[in-house]
Parts: sequence; structure tokens; C-alpha cells
Amino acid sequence: MSNPKLRCEDLSVGDQREAVVVENLSRTQIVQYAGASGDFNPIHHDETFATGAAGYPSVFAHGMLTMGLTGKLLTDWLGDGVLRSFGVRFVSQVWPGDTLTARGTVRSVEDRGDDGLVSIDLVTVNQKGEPVVTGSATALLARSR
Amino acid sequence: MSDEYRFPVDLTSILLFASALGETNPIYYDEEHAARTPLGGVIAPPTFSIASAHWNPDHPLRGVRRIPRPGHAPASGRPAGGPEPGGGGGPNLTRVLHGEQRFEYHRPLRPGMVLHASSHPGKSWAKEGRRGGQMRFSERITEYRDGNGELVVTETSVGIVTGKAVES
Repeated sequence: MSNPKLRCEDLSVGDQREAVVVENLSRTQIVQYAGASGDFNPIHHDETFATGAAGYPSVFAHGMLTMGLTGKLLTDWLGDGVLRSFGVRFVSQVWPGDTLTARGTVRSVEDRGDDGLVSIDLVTVNQKGEPVVTGSATALLARSR
Repeated sequence: MSDEYRFPVDLTSILLFASALGETNPIYYDEEHAARTPLGGVIAPPTFSIASAHWNPDHPLRGVRRIPRPGHAPASGRPAGGPEPGGGGGPNLTRVLHGEQRFEYHRPLRPGMVLHASSHPGKSWAKEGRRGGQMRFSERITEYRDGNGELVVTETSVGIVTGKAVES
């Protein structure tokens, strides 16, 4: 059961979709994510702790916030409830003030009878073009008959 | 870490989680809209199951929360990894990083589900980091099942413990 935005034949290998998933990330959003997710590691909200004991330049976003933001690209592109897998590596920190752009590229479309399994390569970059997460996702999309 | 715990899912938790992502997609909060879609109701965003941390009585990063595991006395003293830097017997928070995260989706996660979370360690390995000294990697796999015992989501999380704080 899903609510796809596309049929699998709408996608071809190499197709890309890109979206700004957060602009000028605020400390407020990081705190809001801490509350919603239950991850209260002070390194994400306590500037004194982050810069003192931990030695970072400031607090930084939860990796899972960046992953959640990257997920918006997938659901806005492909639809709701269509994902079969979603995985990322956290390659660089995301700081307050960052603007993130997520990009998905269709790697393969595999025939599954009435459906197609679409594999997507993912990268999310900051305003300097540096990757902050890389990963992949799969989604099951129906075929037209 | 607790191996098993309940994770009751409700509309407000999903709304709060979607809000924190800056979401505007009505499938995450508008019951009337969601009822008119093929999904038939509200579902959670793809990474929502991570918020089961609220229900994991041994979650190391739970801030000031003291609500105990059912049948257990309230925790005494400061919780591990609480607001005081490096406090308690938990992980040293300046040395622990989240390296990777994967989700496998088996069915939509919906408000009203009472999930049973069960987690176990996966692979572990080590390598020399360029900036952080030796890095130790360990996987933790968590399966979420509904009231019928059907898998809803499987999470794999890779934690990294570094030799020193990682410079970015």
C-alpha cells in the first residue's frame, strides 16, 4: 500500500532530482529535532559543551536530522510509502547556518512483474558543495498496464 | 542498552518529528487528507522509528529524563550521558559518532501501532582514521514488529568510537 507520485516507467537510469532541503539551518531546528527524536546528546544543543569539552567550533546537527532532510527529497519525488530501503553514511558535520541540497540519481530500474524496483544514489551537499551524507535508497513503483 | 522495549506510535509524535524536519507533507498530520489517499491514513516519515529512543529505557542520550522501565525503580543520580559533560557511566559523548544508518521498510508505520522493538549487535571492526586516531565501528540492528509479530521496519545503525574528537 503506497501513494506513488510516479510510475516506474517515468524513471530512467541517470535521471536526477535535486532540492534544497534546508536553508540556513537554525539552532532552533536542531533543538526541535533533539526533542522530537529523543537524542539529547549535548554536542547538538549545548554550545559550551560542544566548544569546551568536545572541542568543536560550535554545536552541530544530528546526523539523523540530515538523513531526515535527505528523505524529503525522496518522498517529494517518488511519493509516500514507496520506499523499501534508505541508507546513508555521515561523511561530514552539518553546522548552524548551513544550506543543504539533496540530489538523487536513478542507478537502476529492475522489473518486478507488476512493479519496478528503482534504486537511487543519494548525495547531500552543503553550500560549499561538500558532501555531508552519501547513500542510496530503493522504492517500489507500480508499472502502467 | 535494552534489547527489547515497546514503542507506541501516536499522531502527535509523528507531527512533532515531521515538524522538526520542516515537513509540509499532509500525509504526516492531516487525517482527512490521508484518508483520501491509497494509504488510507497518516503514516510516519521514513526516519521516524529512530524516535523510539523515547521509549528505550536505557537510551544513553535521554537528557534529564528519569522515567524508569516498567517494574524498575527510578534511576538514581544523573543519567548516563546527561547534561553534565561526560557525566555518568555512559559513553564519552565527545568520542562517539554516528557513522551510518540504514532502514528497511516492510510496511507503513502508522499512528496507533504499538511496536515491539528488539535489538542486537551486528558486525564490529576497526580502522585507522586520518584525523581521529583509531576508529572502532559497531553495528546495532533493531527490528520493529507490530502486534501481529509482522516486521514493520528494520534499522541498522553504525556507531564509531574515535580516539580523539574529530576535527572537521
